[in-house]
Amino acid sequence: MNETDLGLWAVPLAMIGGAIRVSTPFLFVSLGECLTERSGRINLGLEGTLVFGAMSGYAVAYESGSAWIGVLAAALAGMLFGFFHGWVCKLPKVNDIAIGIALMLLGMGLAFFFGKPFVQPQAPDLPAISFGWWSDISQVQAALQVNVLFLIGIVLTVAMGWMFRTTRIGLIVRVVGDSTDAARSMGLNPNVVRLLATGAGGALAGVGGAYLSLYYPGSWNEGLSSGQGLMAVALVIFARWSPVNCFWAALLFGGAGALGPALQSVGISSGYYLFYAAPYVLTLGLLIATSSPNRALESAPGELSITK
Amino acid sequence: MSTGTSTELRAPERRGFADIAPRLEPLIIPIGALLGGLLAFSVFLVLLGKSPVDFFGLVYKAGFGTAFSWQNTLSRVAPLLLTALCVALPARLGLVVIGGEGAVVLGGLAAAVVGTALSGAPTAIGIPLMMLAAMLIGGLWIGAVGALRIRRGVNETISSLLMAYIAIALLNHLVEGPFRDPASLNKPSTAPLDPALRVGDLPGMDVHWGFVAGIVACIVAWVLIERTTWGFAARIAGGNIRAAQVQGLPVGRLIICFTAAGGACAGLAGFFEVSAIHGSANGSLVSGYGYTGILIAFLARHNPLAIIPVAILLSGFEASSGLIQRRMDLPDATILVLEGIVFVAILVSETLYGRFRIFTPRAEEQP
Repeated sequence: MNETDLGLWAVPLAMIGGAIRVSTPFLFVSLGECLTERSGRINLGLEGTLVFGAMSGYAVAYESGSAWIGVLAAALAGMLFGFFHGWVCKLPKVNDIAIGIALMLLGMGLAFFFGKPFVQPQAPDLPAISFGWWSDISQVQAALQVNVLFLIGIVLTVAMGWMFRTTRIGLIVRVVGDSTDAARSMGLNPNVVRLLATGAGGALAGVGGAYLSLYYPGSWNEGLSSGQGLMAVALVIFARWSPVNCFWAALLFGGAGALGPALQSVGISSGYYLFYAAPYVLTLGLLIATSSPNRALESAPGELSITK
Repeated sequence: MSTGTSTELRAPERRGFADIAPRLEPLIIPIGALLGGLLAFSVFLVLLGKSPVDFFGLVYKAGFGTAFSWQNTLSRVAPLLLTALCVALPARLGLVVIGGEGAVVLGGLAAAVVGTALSGAPTAIGIPLMMLAAMLIGGLWIGAVGALRIRRGVNETISSLLMAYIAIALLNHLVEGPFRDPASLNKPSTAPLDPALRVGDLPGMDVHWGFVAGIVACIVAWVLIERTTWGFAARIAGGNIRAAQVQGLPVGRLIICFTAAGGACAGLAGFFEVSAIHGSANGSLVSGYGYTGILIAFLARHNPLAIIPVAILLSGFEASSGLIQRRMDLPDATILVLEGIVFVAILVSETLYGRFRIFTPRAEEQP
């Protein structure tokens, strides 16, 4: 393994590697949010779920010695948050957007509260698979270290796309999301479907959080997430509620997030904070470009409060 | 459409309970939810083996027990009042703006930059200009959120929070680069303000003038909403945007004005943070006041006058954070957990409106 001087080529290479590394939490949160929103509910609290998942995953991985048990714990914790959101939102007159904000603050508060003792210790990492064996260049090898969760995320993307397209469950979620009345007349209980969709969405966001603390950046601290959960919600709108589009959007956001560190790796450090803001600017720009003042967004679930 | 009497806040005296009961509903349900949230938090403490009695005793002692602790509480309340207005004003139009933190940060930065440029200017010129700069930047920042909403249909909740992150990045960039005082080594800051441009304390107290400004802003906002045609139009638009549009109300202009006014309040909070507390703009501006402001606005049901007592209460909780950490060996996030639980309780309580017969006219005196 030799450090080869790649000049400016190191920037796109580091961005590809960074996109794969950084995009995984985006991917999981956006898949979870996609499922929730397809059922006609919006959960803005996934930022809190992500942070709490990161903390609980890290803590359990440290105590049990197994990163995978940590991921499982994060998924369970996320599911609890999701179920709580789903349960509260089925009460009449409760605003799902406001509840999301409250749960975002509560999730972060609880994570910081219980996470205090775990800031120092080192928990086991999630395994990665090396796809860069064919190259002698160490930067290429580093860029192609792909975490198993990223691969699971790809499988989930395809599976969820297939589920929405062809399965009965997918049809049920879509009907509930498009029209509560139509769902009721089919004999479905929209509240139960939304509860389950929000719970599953929360579980996926929890896994995204576990990736943050157990692989990249790979430790637990209070500044671990900086809006990834919220950006993922915006990303779902941009992806037009399609899981496959969510995957590409997550890669794009991951690449934007990797821009700052990639430039720093070749010695460009001035304006670091501005590059750090690239994902936020990109998200906002895409929202502006793809939203429409004429209310209904293309292929938006009909019951979604955010687009009504 | 007539103004109706439902907006009258003055409780009529010499009338039966059934007449005032409907007006008590928006008072009793939030108070009940607050108590319910505090109860849930007490259960949380008991489960952890900590005493809620100790906890609330310490909050009382540190926040409200003595003249000194009152001053400590009131000295923190200004940014909470002003950031709560940044949520409450747009909320009257049905918009959930949660990125007030961004306007605080950029307002503070603008005040510091203008203050540095005006070094040597007399107080009477310098301070108003700094306030103006802070309010202008804050107003533009959150006003842009409103403009994006009506021009492009961009969801204001998401865009405002994204813009808060962008604002923090801008602050870090500008404070590290163009506006950095070379003398600030460990913590990059703008140049320290001239003493003439620092806002002082109220006479005889340890509370800076921001407290008065916050109270005045709340009263002005209340008059704006409840006693002007603009506020009336905004309340109609908040109830039903399409009905307001059909009636020919300038909904777009209302949204931009209310979001900008809210942003100007949050920018003003940034001015006081810089001029009264820190003396320069630096990373300390990012302190989470914007997020506490969201909770306060929801607790106050977006009523600017109700914001005042709620903000003082929350300020007391935050002022007691240090003592609770030392005495009870609880992490500093304890107050965050408390706020989160109360926030959830207050939102869940929304479902109770209209459920109690005692609050509906001509009801029995028993629920």
